[in-house]
Amino acid sequence: MAMRLELRLERSRKLEVLVPVVSVLLSLVVCAVLLLSTGTNPLTAYGAMLKEAFGTSYGFGEVLVKATPLILCGLGVMLAFKMMFWNIGAEGQLHMGAWGATAVVMTGWDASAWLMIPAMMLGGFAAGALWALIPAYLKVKLNTNEIITTLLLNYVAILWVAHFIYGPWKDPTSFGFPMTKQFPDGAQLLRFGDSRVHLGLVFALLIAVALYFIQEKSRWGFEIAVTGSNPRAAEYAGMNAGRNILLVMLLSGGLAGIAGMVEVSGIQLKLLKDISPHAAPYGYTAIIIAWLARRNPWGVVLVSILMGGLYVGGETVQITMKLPVNIVLIIQALILFFVLGGDILSRYRLVFDRKEALSGG
Amino acid sequence: MEGSLLILVVPILQAAVRSGTPILFVCIGEIYAERSGILNVGLEGLMLVGAIAGFTAGFSAGNPVVGVFAAAIAGALFSLIHAYVTITLRADQIVSGLTLTILGTGISGFFGKPMIGQVGPGFDQIAIPGLSKIPVLGQVLFQQDAMVYLSFVLVPIAWWVMYKTHLGLSIRSVGENPATADSLGVSVTKVRYGCVLFGGAMAGLGGAYLSLAYTTMWIEQMSGGRGWITLALVIFAAWNPARAMLGAYLFGGADALQLRIQAVGIEIPTYFLMMLPYVLTIGILVLASRASLRRRIGAPAALALPYAREER
Amino acid sequence: MVGGNKIAVALSGITKRFPGVIANDQVDLELLEGEIHTLLGENGAGKSTLMNVLTGIYRPDAGTISIWGKAVQLENPKDAIEQGIGMVHQSFKLVPTHTVTENIVLGLGRGLAPVKIEEAQTKVAELSAQYGVKVDPAAYVWQLSIGEQQRVEILKILFRGAKILLLDEPTAVLTPQEADELFVTLRSMRAKGHSIVFISHKLDEVMAISDRVTVLRGGKNVGTVLVKDTNPQSLSNLMVGREIKFATFPRKEALGDPVLEVEGVHALNSRGLPALRDITFSVAAGEILGFAGVAGNGQQELAEVITGLLEPTAGSVRVNGVDMTRESARRFIDAGVSYVPADRHGVATVADMSLSHNFVLRRYREPKFAKGPFLNFAAAVGYARRLIKEFNISTPSHATPIRSLSGGNLQKVILAREMTTRHRLLVVMSATRGLDVGATEFVRETLNEHRHKGRAIVLISEDLEELLSLTNRIAVLFHGEIMGILDADKAEIASLGLMMAGQAQAEVA
Repeated sequence: MAMRLELRLERSRKLEVLVPVVSVLLSLVVCAVLLLSTGTNPLTAYGAMLKEAFGTSYGFGEVLVKATPLILCGLGVMLAFKMMFWNIGAEGQLHMGAWGATAVVMTGWDASAWLMIPAMMLGGFAAGALWALIPAYLKVKLNTNEIITTLLLNYVAILWVAHFIYGPWKDPTSFGFPMTKQFPDGAQLLRFGDSRVHLGLVFALLIAVALYFIQEKSRWGFEIAVTGSNPRAAEYAGMNAGRNILLVMLLSGGLAGIAGMVEVSGIQLKLLKDISPHAAPYGYTAIIIAWLARRNPWGVVLVSILMGGLYVGGETVQITMKLPVNIVLIIQALILFFVLGGDILSRYRLVFDRKEALSGG
Repeated sequence: MEGSLLILVVPILQAAVRSGTPILFVCIGEIYAERSGILNVGLEGLMLVGAIAGFTAGFSAGNPVVGVFAAAIAGALFSLIHAYVTITLRADQIVSGLTLTILGTGISGFFGKPMIGQVGPGFDQIAIPGLSKIPVLGQVLFQQDAMVYLSFVLVPIAWWVMYKTHLGLSIRSVGENPATADSLGVSVTKVRYGCVLFGGAMAGLGGAYLSLAYTTMWIEQMSGGRGWITLALVIFAAWNPARAMLGAYLFGGADALQLRIQAVGIEIPTYFLMMLPYVLTIGILVLASRASLRRRIGAPAALALPYAREER
Repeated sequence: MVGGNKIAVALSGITKRFPGVIANDQVDLELLEGEIHTLLGENGAGKSTLMNVLTGIYRPDAGTISIWGKAVQLENPKDAIEQGIGMVHQSFKLVPTHTVTENIVLGLGRGLAPVKIEEAQTKVAELSAQYGVKVDPAAYVWQLSIGEQQRVEILKILFRGAKILLLDEPTAVLTPQEADELFVTLRSMRAKGHSIVFISHKLDEVMAISDRVTVLRGGKNVGTVLVKDTNPQSLSNLMVGREIKFATFPRKEALGDPVLEVEGVHALNSRGLPALRDITFSVAAGEILGFAGVAGNGQQELAEVITGLLEPTAGSVRVNGVDMTRESARRFIDAGVSYVPADRHGVATVADMSLSHNFVLRRYREPKFAKGPFLNFAAAVGYARRLIKEFNISTPSHATPIRSLSGGNLQKVILAREMTTRHRLLVVMSATRGLDVGATEFVRETLNEHRHKGRAIVLISEDLEELLSLTNRIAVLFHGEIMGILDADKAEIASLGLMMAGQAQAEVA
């Protein structure tokens, strides 16, 4: 008996809902095995993670804090993936955005928040966008593989930021820690109540709404979808792929840049190392988010909040149960693998060839 | 005058070979995978899994050779995920590879936790009698560790298998036109599984070189982008194992040079120097893509495309 | 030739289903030793599927196969090769970046066994001489003409010592003269005892080359006859199930102004090699200009140049008197140039998108389908509903993804879209390839109707009968050059054939 895949004419709706749910459960089961191998009770660990992330208002506030840059990066990556441009450089674009926003502060310009914050956003957007335009331009002009260029530029961007915080921008009073001085009040994003949730979340949600209209309803969004689905048909339809790649990457990198800006202006209040968590960088998680969300803006918001929960839960068990924080990455990756496999089942049907059928007819 | 220049240059070249070797292993493996039509962008994750598996096994056994075997096996097993998802389930190869990198980073960090700060067994430099006495080349090529010599043996074998044997002909055909190979009785699935697993084993070796020879310890995310650099070098090498050697040592040269300049203390900011290997790789990639635009040659025709016989 | 020979292949009760269709329905077939047996049928009748079953590429859902009297299970192509069965597919199974000999020895050795390339080359040369199949064993496949590539396919089978050859529409890609050469080869193979299955839907060829004919219709075997006992008309009736005759459509007498004027155009193909050389012609309103030629002689590049998808390296393209040589595809669309590409899945439609989206694929910027920067989706749906009805497209709804449509319906979607714009020029490539008789007639009538409405039409086709019945004039392309332009009334298949093989009009006349 042999097993093979047969294309379904219509995708299975039921499976499209079922696949992500089952994938999350399966990845938790696999991760449980890993946890057991280190002598930890996985149920205790999962319970603690869930309770911390979604059981307390402080915890949920922290979830939203993590979700904010994830939504922004995720939306940017989503847009690029929609046209099958493999931007895996959100991490670098986020770093450049943080740098660009900080550069505005470092000019020593003394302005009210009403001017300062928009200027920093512009700085963050521009720096992220320019960084993303490098691979986009190389792709359009020379057909250079964007997976490699966007990714390698992440390393360069991180070193670029390191240069400034170890060098010219280093706060002389920081006892040798690589960071800038704390930003003046005018350069800090408004926070809500006594939580760390800041105005960046509102920006992120507004941008999600805007992107919904751009991507799903506009004629330009139609161009992006056609280009992503069948580039030769896009050319046939008179769409300019090169121009669209540049525009999409401008937005994609710009959004990641804004993510960097809100991180320094809303959370860190200064530029420093690891503005994105070292163990599970936002820019990489954004790739998983965009894919799990099936390149849908509402999906990006939802999945980002769930991933935010995973971050908060992961940090909790790292502190309270001394578990390696790497389980966050492991769970993320496992979910995506199961969804990848599950997606195939919603597009194809598993068929078992029976030998006896051959002699039956 | 010339003598003093040599004293300066020879150690850099020697370091270039050392620094290029892990990439060379990974590059040969990826060339095989891509020649068979499977793009594996999960090299970074595979190297990390190889590095921690090699280090843990080598450390426990007190013998680096055990570590090398463990790393190759771990790399092959880990790449089995990619093979299953992309060959059998025909999922997107890029997404699967990215996920493999993320998973590899997570898993290596998870199992590497207890190994942080340990010093493991390593490969010593062995001067090859006779050959190491050749001026310049002797010191550059023949005063190295056993894994470097292993790579010297592997490259010609990989080249010979690829271009001179039936296996190589099958691999190249499967990557160019799987339907053709299939119609002549070559199993596309077997060839692809074989190449991906071999690629995984080689990436494991590349990782092991980092934790057993280049250093003798485990550091989280110690591959530092070498997996991604390898992807660029595969293109630079035009999918030819012999040219991979050139590319790997070129990168190794940049790496060695930036470390050396830092040590000498020349007035270039450290972090800009550290960018050198990445920027150089992007530059190489740009040159390679310009060349392929001009000569209209490129990747294997079926690269990253799933193959299904009965689809109509 | 037939009587008393051994049975090489016996298929009985072969059934093969694909999602939504039965490609083969309990088919029986016998192939004798030393016979040329034609499998005749329309596109979609199940000929290729049946042959793919016999080469182990598809596994049948039911039925048995026996080779030389022994029941066999063909699990994969390897099994078929071991049984001495070889097939020349419609789209050649060759690796273009390998040499002829490398292609031939592929799959003949295992593992680390070295490829003995010189030895193999000698043997290939011997076989070429023996069967009169000329080809350079050391050449790269991408350097070869289509006819030569077909010879490599045949050598590949002979090299493996196969006695049973299957040829899937081998003449579709050949000039009439090349086809005659192929027939000489096939006859010499028959004389040496090979058994040959020849797939075709061209009746004159069938009568010329085969001993027996089996007709497939709708996946079923509807009869096996000796060629000497039959005639083209009764074969045609069997094949189609009713009588057909291809009418010559009335031309329009008074032509309008030139709509498309092409002068001295040169262009490169995607590999950077010259594909069009000094192309000059014009098409007037109310005229259909046909382009004949063997596939790969510059047709694709020609279509792309006159629709703005490929920029010529020299010469000029004028539409409605306006120079459009350097303009983008978008400007061509705006200027009223419609285009029905040959590649319906790969170029003309987006498989994952709905009918509605595909109907506005080239029209989404028109005010009718726009609301400011947004797409007026309601208008697109209304338009889709109207066209589905008007063109009688069978689909569950306007929201169905286009990938689930059959070939004929897909082509209707493309034609409907391209013909309901206010176009002045219509460029149509391989419009009826792969369509059944009903759909083919529909397409031809629609094209004729648009000619009479005063549109200019460029019809690129490999089907000479179609060109003769539909066009005003026929231009012949060979190696990217126009060999001549003939009035369709006066053109003959024989002289078109010579021009398709590279003789200029003056030499032919």
